[in-house]
Amino acid sequence: MSDTHDSKTYWKQSLKIIAFLLMIWAFVSFGCGIIFREYLDAEMPSVGGAPFGFWMAQQGSIIVFVLLLFVYNRLMNKLDRKHGYDQEGSL
Amino acid sequence: MTQDTWNFIFIGITFVVYIFIAIRSRAASTQEFYVAGRGVSPLANGMATAADWMSAATFISMAGLIASTGYAGSRFLMGWTGGFVLLTVLIVPYLRKFKKFTVPDFLGDRFYSNAARFVAVVCAIFICLTYIMGQMRGVGLVFSRLFDISISLGVIIGSCIVFCYAALGGMKGITYTQVAQYCVMVFAYTIPAIFISVMLTGNVIPQLGFIGDYIKDGAENAVPLLEKLNGLNKELGFAQYTGGVKDKWDFFCITAALMFGTAGLPHVIVRFFTVKDVKAVRQSASWTLAFIAIIYLTAPAVGSFARTNLIEEIHNQEYKSAPAWFTGWENRDLIAWVDKNDDGKIQYFGDGAAFAGKPAFKLDSDGESLRGSYNERLLTNDISPGRNELFYERDILVMANPEIAELPEWVIALVMAGCIAAALSTAAGLLLVLSTSVSHDLLKCIVKPDLNDKQELMWARIASFGALVVAAYFGINPPAEFVAKTVAFAFGLACSSFFPTIVLGIFTKRINKEGAIAGMICGIGFTLGYIIYFQFYANHQDYWFNFLENGTGVSPEGIGFIGMLINFMVAYFVSMLTPPPPQDVQDMVESIRVPQGAGAASDH
Repeated sequence: MSDTHDSKTYWKQSLKIIAFLLMIWAFVSFGCGIIFREYLDAEMPSVGGAPFGFWMAQQGSIIVFVLLLFVYNRLMNKLDRKHGYDQEGSL
Repeated sequence: MTQDTWNFIFIGITFVVYIFIAIRSRAASTQEFYVAGRGVSPLANGMATAADWMSAATFISMAGLIASTGYAGSRFLMGWTGGFVLLTVLIVPYLRKFKKFTVPDFLGDRFYSNAARFVAVVCAIFICLTYIMGQMRGVGLVFSRLFDISISLGVIIGSCIVFCYAALGGMKGITYTQVAQYCVMVFAYTIPAIFISVMLTGNVIPQLGFIGDYIKDGAENAVPLLEKLNGLNKELGFAQYTGGVKDKWDFFCITAALMFGTAGLPHVIVRFFTVKDVKAVRQSASWTLAFIAIIYLTAPAVGSFARTNLIEEIHNQEYKSAPAWFTGWENRDLIAWVDKNDDGKIQYFGDGAAFAGKPAFKLDSDGESLRGSYNERLLTNDISPGRNELFYERDILVMANPEIAELPEWVIALVMAGCIAAALSTAAGLLLVLSTSVSHDLLKCIVKPDLNDKQELMWARIASFGALVVAAYFGINPPAEFVAKTVAFAFGLACSSFFPTIVLGIFTKRINKEGAIAGMICGIGFTLGYIIYFQFYANHQDYWFNFLENGTGVSPEGIGFIGMLINFMVAYFVSMLTPPPPQDVQDMVESIRVPQGAGAASDH
């Protein structure tokens, strides 16, 4: 069956998805939550009663993480379908 | 009904449920014992993993830690959730496709050597043992506080319960009890938070109350809760709640070590071997993070509420009219007050501890506490010069929350059941990895490859009994200071050994056994050496890698991140200088990169 699968392209595209998601992952946690925190506290509108950078570190980044994983699911499932890796239950 | 009756009812019911599930799901084969027959639904596995991941420490201590450190507490919030992103996109789908039982299985096969397998087994056992000790201790503490029994008896009762379902049911028994435990935990954590949020901010959703307005002084005086808290902290001489950290680079390293460490913890990775296929793994991992996030988004709210409440209700209050929970926890040794200025009021200031060390209460010849002029318990500690008169154990913030909010007794019982569920679920997951490491990785794969399935299963049960005895022993006789310090070991090790080696094993075909073994040994050696040196030998805190002006350098908590970079570099350079891995290993790597089928190269 693997004749129909192009595993090289599949792998390259999964790497792209992973790199894209991890860039956002690093940006929201290390970037917004730690490195640029003071700048964001001062320059960005606060989230409710919390300064933006502080909020990113305590809640915002976690919310983005959850969203990232649901996006990951969608993108990978789409990629699986495109390359014919979506037959039920055959590992 | 009294509080004791409620406690008995709640904890009794949860235990009956756990044991009932255990008896229903006894494992008959190693396949069922190690990976629950690979038939768990993604949603159930998500809940089970969330319960497995959230330990007694997360449940009881994290909110207290955030309350007392403010922004600096974010390292746990980001570290322990961000790790799941790494785990999901870099590790678990590929290891699931590999179709084996354990993490050492993968490393042993990918690096075609029993030496790699052996290093991995030793790391896995070490990580899990350091972790499980704290859990058993936690179970013992909660029991002893609830039922007035000794900690030792509490640890033994807890061990028996865990043994029931972990050794009989294996992964299958653990998974379904963990689902039940997650449900207990999430209610126990959020219900008190909801009540308190309504009291302080008028918002039913505590996660939003955190960023809402503080309305207890009346609606016309509403100010943002965090602003209020900053004001209170400033007034009393504490650092700003939303303020910065001393050394950003150290903070960065600690957060990174927690993240990469989380992604390399073996007891979390193996949980994802229990679902049907790669697609289910991805789904399950997303559910896991969503379930964890419910509690982790509540934690900063609980922390800020608890701190506001504590200051508002306690500071400058007459001791005689202090709320009941205050004296209640004082009677349980977790709160102490010394009236330095003799005004009968409790003063809470940020100018250092009220006295040296933990409270040591004055007792009369019958063992009863001696009381002072306001009926407070007297202390024998050396009194510090500052104005601060209050000592409290951070851990009480979560446990005292329902009492502070004057919630009904059943809520308090629920919180207690939640604490026990958190400790038991994590202990069971760790126990499984320990027993699998011995029966499968050591015996079956290295020492006695001719074991049949029945014998292997028997060995797994014997090993889990052995591991439990060791864990219970350390729970009863904790190497006191040691336990707190070894948490840094567990994450540091996972971060500097498993994470980089697994990632390299999946994402490069060129890394060979020489590179992987050298990388693991250098990473672990460096991390362990650094932690041991600074935790046990050096009497100073002039940490290395101090890049910032007025910085502190990288503390042992964060050194795993540097260890990981060393592992990556050593593994890469050694592999480049030695021959590439054999063709069949390269084919294997090709095949785990795709979710189904054998992959292009091994299509023979």
